[in-house]
Amino acid sequence: MADLSIDFAGIKSPNPFWLASAPPANSGEQIMRAFDAGWGGAVWKTLGDPIMNVTSRFGGVDYDGKKLMGLNNIELITDRPLEVNLREIREVKKRYPKNVIIASLMTETKNDWKVLIEKCEDAGVDGLELNFGCPHGMCERGMGSSVGQEPRLLQEITSWTKEFAKTPVLVKLTPNTGDILEPGLAGVRGGADGLSLINTIKSIIGVDLDRLVPVPRVANASTNGGYCGPAVKPIALHMVAALARDPGIKIPISGIGGISTWRDAAEFIALGSTSVQVCTAVMHYGYRIVEDLMEGLSEYLDSHGMKSVNELRGRAVPGYQEWGDLDLNYQLIAKIDPKLCIGCQLCVTACNDGAHQCIFTGPDDKPRPPHAHSIGPARAPKPLPIGLLAGDRVPWVDEPECVGCNLCQLVCPVPGCITMHEERKGAPETWNDRVAAGRDKLPGGIHDEETGH
Amino acid sequence: MERALVDKKPLLGLAEARAEADRCLYCADAPCIKACPTEIDIPTFIKKIASGNVRGSAKTIFEQNLLGYSCARVCPVEVLCVGDCVYNGWGRDPIQIGRLQRFATETATAKGAAPVLKRHVDVGRASKKVACIGAGPASLAFAGYLALEGHQAVVFEKKAVAGGLNTTGIAPYKLHAEDAMHEVELIKSLGVEVVTGVEVGETDGPGKISGKKLLETYDAVFLGVGLGADTSLGIPGEEGPGVYGATAWIEKMKLGMSKDDKAEIAGKTMLVVGGGNTAIDVARESAQLGALDVAMLYRRGAEHMSGYAHEMEGARIDGVRLVTNVQPVAFVRQTDDSHGAPGGKLIALRVAKTDENAKPIAGTEHDIPCDLVALAIGQSKLRDVAKQLPGVELDKRGCVACDPKNGQTGNAKVFAGGDCINGGKEVVNAVADGRNAARTLLERWASSSTTISATQSGTS
Repeated sequence: MADLSIDFAGIKSPNPFWLASAPPANSGEQIMRAFDAGWGGAVWKTLGDPIMNVTSRFGGVDYDGKKLMGLNNIELITDRPLEVNLREIREVKKRYPKNVIIASLMTETKNDWKVLIEKCEDAGVDGLELNFGCPHGMCERGMGSSVGQEPRLLQEITSWTKEFAKTPVLVKLTPNTGDILEPGLAGVRGGADGLSLINTIKSIIGVDLDRLVPVPRVANASTNGGYCGPAVKPIALHMVAALARDPGIKIPISGIGGISTWRDAAEFIALGSTSVQVCTAVMHYGYRIVEDLMEGLSEYLDSHGMKSVNELRGRAVPGYQEWGDLDLNYQLIAKIDPKLCIGCQLCVTACNDGAHQCIFTGPDDKPRPPHAHSIGPARAPKPLPIGLLAGDRVPWVDEPECVGCNLCQLVCPVPGCITMHEERKGAPETWNDRVAAGRDKLPGGIHDEETGH
Repeated sequence: MERALVDKKPLLGLAEARAEADRCLYCADAPCIKACPTEIDIPTFIKKIASGNVRGSAKTIFEQNLLGYSCARVCPVEVLCVGDCVYNGWGRDPIQIGRLQRFATETATAKGAAPVLKRHVDVGRASKKVACIGAGPASLAFAGYLALEGHQAVVFEKKAVAGGLNTTGIAPYKLHAEDAMHEVELIKSLGVEVVTGVEVGETDGPGKISGKKLLETYDAVFLGVGLGADTSLGIPGEEGPGVYGATAWIEKMKLGMSKDDKAEIAGKTMLVVGGGNTAIDVARESAQLGALDVAMLYRRGAEHMSGYAHEMEGARIDGVRLVTNVQPVAFVRQTDDSHGAPGGKLIALRVAKTDENAKPIAGTEHDIPCDLVALAIGQSKLRDVAKQLPGVELDKRGCVACDPKNGQTGNAKVFAGGDCINGGKEVVNAVADGRNAARTLLERWASSSTTISATQSGTS
């Protein structure tokens, strides 16, 4: 069984799975139950100045009957007294010395940060996470994402905290920014020991169409909240990878955003995360999901010959390239397996309306659309493939016109029925190669044919 | 009495319907549509349930099948839409299309709901008058679609209740008579006039109207009379108590019997002669109403039965036995004559084994003890009504001869549909017939009058 333990900027954790700073990490009682279930660490619900919360606080997005594809919240930082939280932190650290407790912090003046950091470190935390990400409520008071969106401010406050902190300082970034590298590099300049991302995305989750008020509704109004859950994972993966591949970022990353399964976690780790933080999946299904997270990741590492989770970290980062460096001569062609096809013909509609008009049905040759690249009609295969399940409803691909976009494979409900077969049009060549060789124009817009500018 | 038979497939709840609708793949050129005689756009109505657009879902159904509510409940979906769901081949449970269709149509037409379809009333258009003979599904569909386009439709029914076999013949665990009447009311709400207790015949008078008068008064006549009385065996002892025609028995059970009449079946031994779906219905209903023992007698092997395999499976679950390769030859009655003329109390049915041609083999006769026998061996053809309409011909089977595409008979003004043209098929086939005839007329009238085509585009 692979070794799941990690070292995050000097913080040792039995596994990479931490609870994110959120309701599942609100109290000592909860966090101890989470540690009993197997969680390696927890980032305590953000500590700071006293606040009040509203009712209601959460809104969800369901998709095709699946609940909580996305979740949004308008809850603020902890609403429990600081002294109570500190007492519980001390208690948890005493009872679970091998598990990681990181205090998420949010306050205003330099002295406030000093006092808060000293109190938390005195309570025994393993590290600190600066909440520069919360996009609702707190940002209206000049904290949370309003700091994360101002790289100079972020850098300055980070450097304050480094003056006082004895434990590692993680900066938690907001995705509500044009280029994640700016706040990421500002954190590095401020002396951060690690980066956590993403915090939630500024959002309105929906509208109550009877009352015509956005949700979650508080009396007769709502406010923008923070969006999280499986729907945000692709956004988070990109931001993690963008930091991980930047030469200016040498500090560890704690990946956050829609992680529900070991597979999600493995993807974040492969794109450069050292630890991963989970919130929505626990809010939906409870702490018990960690069993599969650990087991699944371990099985994956074993089956791929990796002895430790550290061997996986960053392995997919070199594969994240600029578009201009992708091979233009690499070609895929869709193939439909008549043995597996059930005849739903979703690929036909998807290709015809949403892609490149190259999947057809029936025994006859079909006219190609006027914008086709090839000459003449699309040739039906002779004889027509007859499916085991779908009979003569098995569609066929006009291969000369297939651009290998994957859409048919993505909509096909049957695993393995549509596969993409590799072909090569020539030696590898990228757009940037073509520009360098003078056979294509510089990137960056339409150029005048005459002048070349 | 039929209330004693509970719904085998009750109305889905909202969450159940949404969950089932979400399973639908939304196939392109979907096989389920092709399997439906009325070609309802099934994936579209299902996706509308999934999105919460239940009225729109019902509209999609009714545009193709005005009796989509009863069809949802009585269609043999196992051999139509559901049977062709692509999930079958994939080894997954097919989408429960019938139950989703019931959910949409029942929810959208519940008491107090806004009408799903509205009549296209257009004062600038010449309105036509049509008459229907028989108030079954074919006529109701024909009349309904024409009424929707602003024409006047009157349906004449000789019985006291409208709805045809939906009201008097469908197994109650699929559709109760009062639910069939709910659908008749929906059709009436489109502007269709339904006149019960009037028989079409040779003469005019109270409770009568002649074919001649109909042809004089109306621009078109639709013949949807269905089938006639149950066929009898014509063997000794048939006349007398304890012997029923199947459709007459079902009609009595659905409309006439009180709960006290349950004693007529409870604890009794019943034999049902026949191998079709009506035979299976009677057998299942009797078993569910408390008959002690119910057996179906069929003259060939089970593989030749015209009843659906899924219905026979349900019958077996209800406790019905099937005896194959036997043919009744006589009814055995008590001879003391204490039970009145012409026959004494029924005590057994004498049957003979059959040969490969389903003919009785001499010497194989034996008695099967019983209290009741239901005959489900077919229904006679109603030939007389057609004779009142000049130009309307009958085919060799006694069915009304017409163009199967639109029901056009030998008389240009007369269309026909339903069981009287096909000898007995499903409700959905009857609806398709009525609808197709109505569409043919609408096209004909539109092409013969520019006024109509101009105003039709402006209807809403």
